[in-house]
Amino acid sequence: MGENLILAVALDGAGWHPAAWRDADISRSAVFQSSYWVDQVLLAEEAGIDFVTFEDALSVAAPERAGRLHGRLDAVQIANFVARRTSRIGLVPTTSVLETEPFHASTQLATLDFTSEGRAGWKVQATRPGESANFGRRDSLAFDSEFLSTPAGRAEVARLFDEATEFVTVVRQLWDSWEDDAVIRDVTTGRFLDRDKLHHVRFEGDAFHIAGPSITPRSPQGQPVVTALAHSEIPYRLAARTADVVFVTPNDDADAARIVGSVRAIEEADRFEPTPLRIIADLVVALGPSARTARDRLDAWDAADGEVYQSDAAIVAGTAHELADRIQSLQAAGIEGVRLRPASVHLDLPAIAEQLVPELHRRRALGTAPAAGTLRGRLGLDRPANRYAA
Amino acid sequence: MSHPTKRRLHLAAGVPGVNHWTVWGAPGAGSQIDFSTFEHVARTAERGFFDYFFLAEGLRVREHKGRLHELDVAGRPDNFSVLAAVAAVTRHIGLVGTASATFNEPYDLARRIASLDHLSGGRAGWNIVTSSDAFTGENFRRGGFLPYEDRYRRAAEFVELSRTLWDSWSDDGPAQYRYAGEFFDTEGWFPVAPGPQGDPVLVQAGDSGDGRDFAVETADVVFSRHGEPEAGRAFRTDIRARAVAAGRDPDSILVLPGVSVVLGDTEAEAQERARDIQFQQVTPQTAIHLLEQVWGADLSAHDPEGPVPVPPTSTREEFTQGQARRVDDPSAAARAWHAEAVEHDWSIRELVVAKTTRHEFIGTPSQIAEQLDDAVQTGAADGYILSGSVVPHGIDEFVDRVVPLLQERGVLRTSYEHPTLRENLGLGDRPRANERRVELEGVAS
Repeated sequence: MGENLILAVALDGAGWHPAAWRDADISRSAVFQSSYWVDQVLLAEEAGIDFVTFEDALSVAAPERAGRLHGRLDAVQIANFVARRTSRIGLVPTTSVLETEPFHASTQLATLDFTSEGRAGWKVQATRPGESANFGRRDSLAFDSEFLSTPAGRAEVARLFDEATEFVTVVRQLWDSWEDDAVIRDVTTGRFLDRDKLHHVRFEGDAFHIAGPSITPRSPQGQPVVTALAHSEIPYRLAARTADVVFVTPNDDADAARIVGSVRAIEEADRFEPTPLRIIADLVVALGPSARTARDRLDAWDAADGEVYQSDAAIVAGTAHELADRIQSLQAAGIEGVRLRPASVHLDLPAIAEQLVPELHRRRALGTAPAAGTLRGRLGLDRPANRYAA
Repeated sequence: MSHPTKRRLHLAAGVPGVNHWTVWGAPGAGSQIDFSTFEHVARTAERGFFDYFFLAEGLRVREHKGRLHELDVAGRPDNFSVLAAVAAVTRHIGLVGTASATFNEPYDLARRIASLDHLSGGRAGWNIVTSSDAFTGENFRRGGFLPYEDRYRRAAEFVELSRTLWDSWSDDGPAQYRYAGEFFDTEGWFPVAPGPQGDPVLVQAGDSGDGRDFAVETADVVFSRHGEPEAGRAFRTDIRARAVAAGRDPDSILVLPGVSVVLGDTEAEAQERARDIQFQQVTPQTAIHLLEQVWGADLSAHDPEGPVPVPPTSTREEFTQGQARRVDDPSAAARAWHAEAVEHDWSIRELVVAKTTRHEFIGTPSQIAEQLDDAVQTGAADGYILSGSVVPHGIDEFVDRVVPLLQERGVLRTSYEHPTLRENLGLGDRPRANERRVELEGVAS
């Protein structure tokens, strides 16, 4: 094996299976407790996981499904709290970008980079069903696969992703709008700032105009790590242009090779950022002593939920050994890491920590987790030069 | 020792914002942005049994004469993000962040504040500010969009919708809400269950008549600038009268002025330190800058230690953007300032020190403890919001030397009695939205 594998865990509620909260030790209100999140992230940190993501949405999914877990806290708030109870792991909260303000998003994520001392990332989410009704500022997108496959539907999706691209672009400009040495504290001249090292961004997009500069100085990483989940060409373009990491969802190794080819081609043609894009595959994982027991658990939860769980990402139900095989064959297809979505955080996160990670170490697939440092450092990404510095 | 009849003193501490009151050039002055600063101030305030830690807000770097302003401390975090991190390193103290009702959307902000309330175990508060400032608006999607007269109307709807969201859950989980107002027309489900406090504590700082009415209609705490006991008493009396007129128990609203305290081993030493700090706050460059704001003219050729020039009579350009205007009628103010300088034979710097800096409480620790106690017992305030002139150690001395004396006097707690900010402030539960609706229907019928 060549490069070390990037290993990430995606935290969401009680896990990614909608019936996972029915586990004995999880109550529906657990997600509102700070200790619930701290415990999970500490477990991941101690296992040497590179970063965790926190899902989020500005709406409630399937509110009519009374048997599901609907509660959630703001992901940026959770990440900032957890930042002070952890020391090494990267923290990557999700923000929806079509209803929120780019200026606030830029200062929130820069602040997370300060509170975590250089461990902040950001998962960009274009939009989710039901969000626009909670804001009343734009018509809801019809999340109807029939509409989305029509030319009008595709054009609408392309327009929304163009707006998301503008959002990420201006956030990155705001992060650079203070040069690292803008604060001079020169008592002789009475100047706290050197105004030549602060920059108006003067962003003029189709969706908004933002003057800048930011109110928050440049953060420890310069630019927190930008990530996005992408399933097709339009979102691949958003990621290839503006992100540091893209999460993709290959069904198998051949699909992984095809996706990597497609993303790399767009990156070659369209990339705005100077650093290379990292490609990470998402997998839903349910681990057990045998493939059969893992599958039985999911089947039992499907029965409890009244619906067979389906995912955009491949579902791996099996042993840690089988999961390690799957991860290594993805890596051979050009994938640089995996973001594991535990079907249950209560069962599968400990299994990742206690079974999968040691198995990957035995195979020498993982580097030695650093004792300190930035998320960029862990991902092999340089601290970027400031785009405004002379 | 027990003092059953004494009114309690409430205390809050802030990290001072971006203005000349923060002496960034002093020995011991630390970072304005590193987390360690926020942690130090919040933990020090918690060690002193303060009610809450407070952060102000500014959403655009200030400009002067069309250029970015260089002289004052600048650069601050996002408030509710840093408060979530402070929640992780404190256990008892309340966490109050300022956020604009003009440049936020209720669903997003209400979710962030409710999340902080859960993560902190019931310690969240929101200081509601409004803005009609087009300059700041240039950093936001809508641009400078809000006419002055609409700002409190939007804010009132913003708060009402936020409360609707905070109270929207039924016993089974999220329940559908619907809100149709002049500024907001939204519907859906809210993902955060009601927090430990029910509604987070609401703080408001309006000083105009509209602002005061808005405060008594919405707030639990009024943050006032009337720190001197006499002015404070008049303000608090007015707020309480407005509360009664609005049908509210006046004891359900606390008035906490922001003040500066300067200590010394003797009164003379404290006075000397106070004057010293004032001249550090008003550097020679800052003296010219602040006079330019009031004069509306370029004064860069003048000596800050020299005489005060006659204010111009012609129409003036608008000089400084991104901060609240210091005076309401600049040309009248300029004439009055000039007359005062002539009368006292003040230099530019002496004039600006006299007009723009102030320490409400100056004295020995025991004098300060007595003054604060008296102020609260005589209705000048329900307590005070302190911010030191030096970050991050500005309140250390107060906590070390004055807090024990306040505890001896029986006006400051010796332990946190309650888990939530609302309870520690002595505020009852606010009626929940569905109960309020029932009340309103009762009134209508």
